[in-house]
Amino acid sequence: MRHDIVEKNIGLMIVFIMLTISGGFLAEVVPLFFLDEVNEPIEGLEPLSSLELEGRDIYIREGCHVCHTQQIRPFRAETERYGHYSVAGELVYERPFLWGSKRTGPDLARVGGRYSDAWQRQHLFNPRSVVPESNMPAFPWLFEDKVDHQGTSAKMSTLKSLGVPYTDEQIASAADDLEGKFEIEALVAYLQQLGTVLSDKR
Amino acid sequence: MTTFWSIWVTVIVLGTVFGCWWLLFATRKSQPTNTETERTTGHSFDGIEEYDNPLPKWWFYLYAATCIFALGYLALYPGLGNYKGLLNWTSTNQWEAEVAAADEKYGEIYAQYGETPVPELAKNDDALQIGQRLFANNCSVCHGSAARGQVGFPNLTDDDWLWGGTPDAILETLHNGRQGNMPAKGVMPSMTNEQVDQVVNYVLSFSGREKDAAAAQAGEAVFAQACVACHGPEGKGMQAMGAPNLTDNVWLYGSTYKWIKETVVNGRQNEMPAQGGRLSDDQIQILGAYVYSLSN
Repeated sequence: MRHDIVEKNIGLMIVFIMLTISGGFLAEVVPLFFLDEVNEPIEGLEPLSSLELEGRDIYIREGCHVCHTQQIRPFRAETERYGHYSVAGELVYERPFLWGSKRTGPDLARVGGRYSDAWQRQHLFNPRSVVPESNMPAFPWLFEDKVDHQGTSAKMSTLKSLGVPYTDEQIASAADDLEGKFEIEALVAYLQQLGTVLSDKR
Repeated sequence: MTTFWSIWVTVIVLGTVFGCWWLLFATRKSQPTNTETERTTGHSFDGIEEYDNPLPKWWFYLYAATCIFALGYLALYPGLGNYKGLLNWTSTNQWEAEVAAADEKYGEIYAQYGETPVPELAKNDDALQIGQRLFANNCSVCHGSAARGQVGFPNLTDDDWLWGGTPDAILETLHNGRQGNMPAKGVMPSMTNEQVDQVVNYVLSFSGREKDAAAAQAGEAVFAQACVACHGPEGKGMQAMGAPNLTDNVWLYGSTYKWIKETVVNGRQNEMPAQGGRLSDDQIQILGAYVYSLSN
């Protein structure tokens, strides 16, 4: 039996396993690294401001992405409710991406501008006060804690080294811009810009 | 995709399919027999031995069938680099077809309602049913499912309007949104704490609830300086500015001394987000009729 040869030579088996599992990656993922459609920002896309960037990190810290996706799929049922389906060019500065995988709450890819700032604040302070049937947790501490801006410049430099076009001025002034800001301001600023660059909303 | 990557993908995908096919048949060929035997692999673990049998036939044929299916699939759908597939399928095409199908089904109804004037549409039960659904999906989060509003978000069922309750004003609000802005201390940044107390008492006196009659009387002068520009000399408000009528008993931000004082001292910013572009014009027309019907 020839399968003995593979089963008894662990090195050979490793080589075959690597070949097998890399097939999908090489065909489906690697070419995307070189596709313009995936790597070119859409017109008008700007990197997040320092406030929005910290808001994004608060979004990650509080686990928002566990219950909210940020990816509208090209199905009518989704585009009717959430707006134009997500396109790759909107997300080229997203590191890491926050597409999520499960919708306990609604998709947030185009939530920017959909509600007023006042609504967002009230909803985050106590979701039940505006949506009685909501099962979202409240986040009252965001209204008490100031944004920690010690690492903001470093984060922006890192993103810059990965290709996000921050200017040196933006990086240098990041800490000053965030002085005295509450976490809720950062999070609301982040939410209010989500998905607003694509002019075609439907 | 450039030609290089197109070829790259094609070679890997086809290589995988044919590789599987080859592996399947090569191992089958190398077997000494294609039927079940009592022969074992020679391993023995605590007396348990392993048969060295070929793949069950159904499994073998199923495996071969998946390879054939894969080739058929790759012929129909785009899986080989730049090759578009015989069906010319893309996710965008599929979405457009879904939207077109929906347009065919509902487009005529929407277009018909979209051209009907709001007051007339507000008497059409079918249109109002659509409007109610649209309202529940898009507006109830702030204005409440019964449209009665809450602190900071206006009640749409009463006769009191910040920006006007005519069909045109409602449609304008829906299309372009509204930005309400009451500056802190009105247009009188120099207002002292005493004057704040006076003007709050004066505002309360519109509904006969002043705490201190003397202060309320003194407040008239403060009101005339700080508030008249938007709320008018009699406090009846001005819809062009979104300035509320202070003489009725409808309060967006609370009616007590404490809340009115908070409003005077810190001002209020409010926003009705624009729905134009987010909803179609026809949908906005129907929604406008629904909102109009709530108070007419």
